[in-house]
Amino acid sequence: MRKPAEYYQRDRHWQPPALDRNYKTSVTRSPKFAMISLVNTVSEITGPVFGHDDISPIDNDLLKNYATDGDPIGERIIVHGRVLDENARPVPDTLVEIWQANAGGRYRHKKDTYLAAIDPNFGGCGRTLTDENGYYFFRTVKPGAYPWRNWLNSWRPAHIHISVFGEAFAQRLITQLYFEGDPLIAQCPIVNTVPDPAAVDQLVARLDMNASIPLDTLAYKFDIILRGRRSTLFENRLEGN
Amino acid sequence: MVQKLDYLKETPSQTAGPYVHIGLAPGAAGFDIYERELGWDIAGPNAAGERIRVEGTVFDGTGAPVKDVLIEAWQANAAGFYAHRESSGDVEQGFRGWGRVITDFDTGLWGFDTVKPGPVAGQNGTQQAPHINLWIVARGINIGLNTRLYFSDEDNSADPVLNLVEQDHRRQTLIAHRHEMADGVVYKFDITLQGDAETVFFDI
Repeated sequence: MRKPAEYYQRDRHWQPPALDRNYKTSVTRSPKFAMISLVNTVSEITGPVFGHDDISPIDNDLLKNYATDGDPIGERIIVHGRVLDENARPVPDTLVEIWQANAGGRYRHKKDTYLAAIDPNFGGCGRTLTDENGYYFFRTVKPGAYPWRNWLNSWRPAHIHISVFGEAFAQRLITQLYFEGDPLIAQCPIVNTVPDPAAVDQLVARLDMNASIPLDTLAYKFDIILRGRRSTLFENRLEGN
Repeated sequence: MVQKLDYLKETPSQTAGPYVHIGLAPGAAGFDIYERELGWDIAGPNAAGERIRVEGTVFDGTGAPVKDVLIEAWQANAAGFYAHRESSGDVEQGFRGWGRVITDFDTGLWGFDTVKPGPVAGQNGTQQAPHINLWIVARGINIGLNTRLYFSDEDNSADPVLNLVEQDHRRQTLIAHRHEMADGVVYKFDITLQGDAETVFFDI
């Protein structure tokens, strides 16, 4: 009998290391000792469950969820895709949360002092649950690039932060979505914490003309892959849960 | 040539950045947008067990408090069950067992209220001492850090995960210390990201 067992070991050559000296903030925030690898127990294969009572239907529409007297300024886009695991199975009913700067590259955050203007009709955060096929979508404006203090003239490529839960605490992930064709991607020290160029490609959303709305909104496709899970074939390591 | 394995690769992690609050705790960023922010109530009103508070500070490699960190907690109820279909028992109505906290922007202090979890099942019939699973993200943290909080007043000597930590003094970084205050029980749990006193982190 095939029963789900542990999650596949995270590929630490694919994921960014804790320390990357070119991303300066990581220098004092990166553990130096080796992590201890755990065989999953019930503490790792479980994780929080969310439902439609936890959120509002408008939460995934960043054009409307903070607007008071009109739409936000900027290029109207849809961001959509599926949450899958490494076995290509959809992850249904999982919470996806996003946050981003406005079209000028300014965050609605009391610690952001960049001189670009706040947009009175744009909050910059959204959330949704994937459907039974793992599908999700948001409507928003394309965020602007902005400068940050790393090297003196460092600029973040346009990006949307994405947080995903999956079905287990072992799958918990925060990442950033970048946009196809942005020349700042290759220069970004945060992007370049990811060592493998093929892994960086996985963070770049592709323009999706088929999903765009003619005369209205462009679309970008971004699939999110969470850790997959081994099947129990001959043994029963997780007994006793 | 050999056959191709058709597994997908996990999406690479990227730092949560300095403005993580906008997405995950917008009230702290300075604006109200959601009817309900998630993660403030871990245990709910009906949970059995001892009500406790957990407090601490996250320190960087220079010993300074990290003031823009976000921590998520995941725990079992007092009977040792998680609010999840793969846990082997039921939890109280309203018990989610998950929390999300940010630090005070000025001091770096964080804290959450919950119930003390019970022991939970381990591998192959063993039992794990009561613990809270923690996940830490922030600017400068490229991939979320997993650790566990254990309790100083429990017998942790047979815990199979703690016993993976070879050095006794490093094992102590996972023990929260109990203080019985006038207004309730507080467990103090500081986290050190780097250095000799570095907290043990797990690759789960």
